[in-house]
Amino acid sequence: MNTAKQNPSLIRIRDLSRRYQMGDTTIEALRSVDLDIFPNEYVAIMGPSGSGKTTLMNMIGCLDSPSGGSYALNGTETAGMSDTQLARIRNREIGFVFQTFNLLARATALHNVELPLIYTGLKRTERLARAEKALQQVGLTERAYHKPGEMSGGQRQRVAVARALVTEPSILLADEPTGNLDSKTGHEIMALFDQLHAAGQTIILVTHEADIAEHAQRQIHLLDGQIAIDTGKSNLSREAVQ
Amino acid sequence: MLGWEMIIVALQSIRANFFRAVLTMLGIIIGVAAVIAMVALGTGAQRAVNEQLENLGGNILSVRSGSHLFRGVEKGDIKLNLDDAAAIERDVEAATAVVPETSGQIPIKMGNKNRTVTVVGTTPNYDSVQKYELMYGRMFTRAENQAKERVAVIGGDLPGSLETAPEMIIGQDLLIKGTSFKIIGIFEPKGTIGFGNRDEYVWVPLNTAQARLTGNKDLNSIGVQISPDVPMDIAIIDVERVMRREHQIIPGGKNDFTLSDSKQFLSMQQEAAEIFSYLLAGIAGISLIVGGIGIMNIMLVTVTERTREIGIRKALGATRTNILLQFLIEAMALCLVGGAIGIALGASAAMLMASLAGWSTPLSVSAILLAFGFSAGVGLIFGLLPARKAAGLDPIEALRYE
Ligand SMILES: Nc1ncnc2c1ncn2[C@@H]1O[C@H](COP(=O)(O)OP(=O)(O)OP(=O)(O)O)[C@@H](O)[C@H]1O
Ligand SMILES: [Mg+2]
Repeated sequence: MNTAKQNPSLIRIRDLSRRYQMGDTTIEALRSVDLDIFPNEYVAIMGPSGSGKTTLMNMIGCLDSPSGGSYALNGTETAGMSDTQLARIRNREIGFVFQTFNLLARATALHNVELPLIYTGLKRTERLARAEKALQQVGLTERAYHKPGEMSGGQRQRVAVARALVTEPSILLADEPTGNLDSKTGHEIMALFDQLHAAGQTIILVTHEADIAEHAQRQIHLLDGQIAIDTGKSNLSREAVQ
Repeated sequence: MLGWEMIIVALQSIRANFFRAVLTMLGIIIGVAAVIAMVALGTGAQRAVNEQLENLGGNILSVRSGSHLFRGVEKGDIKLNLDDAAAIERDVEAATAVVPETSGQIPIKMGNKNRTVTVVGTTPNYDSVQKYELMYGRMFTRAENQAKERVAVIGGDLPGSLETAPEMIIGQDLLIKGTSFKIIGIFEPKGTIGFGNRDEYVWVPLNTAQARLTGNKDLNSIGVQISPDVPMDIAIIDVERVMRREHQIIPGGKNDFTLSDSKQFLSMQQEAAEIFSYLLAGIAGISLIVGGIGIMNIMLVTVTERTREIGIRKALGATRTNILLQFLIEAMALCLVGGAIGIALGASAAMLMASLAGWSTPLSVSAILLAFGFSAGVGLIFGLLPARKAAGLDPIEALRYE
């Protein structure tokens, strides 16, 4: 208990469920999930398609709200939060790389990366400086003024990564960040993630590829909305026992 | 998000769908143009009427022979004469001055220029009662009237129409119906009042006119200046009483003269302008409402089209308020751009009308502010529903929207 206080979980999920009502049938995308993630952890979530990986990421990213159970971020329960508080968390605490990129089609790469900073309330010059730096981090400086439609899938992926990093979030959530990349650029992105992690970044990523998951210290396998394997679990329970 | 960012986003999205935006704005454009034209017309007409009222001077009641409609056509038309004028001056207490007039369309000639103009024979108090100012020279005198002198005062526009300069014309000879008159004065032009341009009239002493031009003792009209302390309708009754007595009309018999208030036609003019203003106000109101509904419709379409964008913005930290404001500002930007076009259009229409009617350009800052206020208001009211719809979208559902 003492250790838990000194090193409280960044993410604390208890008995979390998410149900979708589709007509008469209820789809249980997540069932009774218990999960603690600590600062500076590097977690890979794996599992077959439809097992609830994206749903779990949306929960952690405060984009979706649970049907049951609780989710505390940084020790604060999210259930009672107002829309504005949740928006603030999405803006400041979370960097989200979506499975489907979700870039603004009409905006340039630079503007896409700048977008979250607009809601942070930064001045334009500061925003542009930071957006350029983030694009540089993912090696896309020369594509700053291209629109998503003028870029390859891998380049779009990297714009999405740059946008997630630009706010310097406490948690980086990446839903298959290498899914659209060839192995070379994939490894470049993973090298960047490793570097960020070494600098103290908390990272949660979803992947199908075992060698990508190897980069993380902890692997969680989802099956039918439940956690089947959690390689960090033993570690966690050991801490909890102490 | 800063307001400035939202304005830029709004303008970009208008530019992205420019043709659609212009079509959407059409209602607002017409509505605002109507507002501008309405206000301009209203103030312009009012100003013109006020100017004319000032020029008309005090309250003048005009007694004319016969009935207005059949003047000169009815047989045995009873004419007015100087006895009537004297009786009114003597017996109508409210009458502060009486100006008898005889007039006709008469050919005049100066040098080799021929014109046919209205020549008025009247008394020397004409200019002070009818509020004419002299530009050059002087008015004729009582002595000149009594002596039937051949002198004339001309309207301010006549020198121009005779192609000479006003200052050159004093002392020159003017042939009226073949008789030579000496020009002794020119009135300042007054502008058109009612029907006919009085600034091209020629005035001569009444006695001279009766002796030399008309050859009879008849008068066309008697102008009666009414004391400002006496209401016009009461004065009219008094003048009518005296005239009926003079013309020995039996009780119940019809008047053989007509009475008219010089301000009557002005109020008619004012009424016409007012009716036109109401019409424009109606057009403005309906267009603004229809335009507003058009804005609402297009904004609903925009919100649906941009569901994904809204989802992305929300996922990246936009609050409900951010999204609400973004779409409200976009609706208002549509309306304000439409409003600006409408103002330009309405202003041109107003200036055209003003120049046709001979008014000064009546565009006011307050009318433009009013129009901008209207368009912003329409944007606000009709933009609210779509903006609320956008703000209320669930981020996940918005992101999944195809
Ligand atoms: N909005 C929704 N409405 C209904 N069912 C949904 C919705 N979102 C997800 N689901 C269902 O929840 C389950 C989990 O979906 P999720 O997107 O989390 O899967 P995933 O693990 O990310 O799969 P993939 O690897 O293919 O991305 C699926 O069965 C899916 O059909
Ligand atoms: Mg998924």
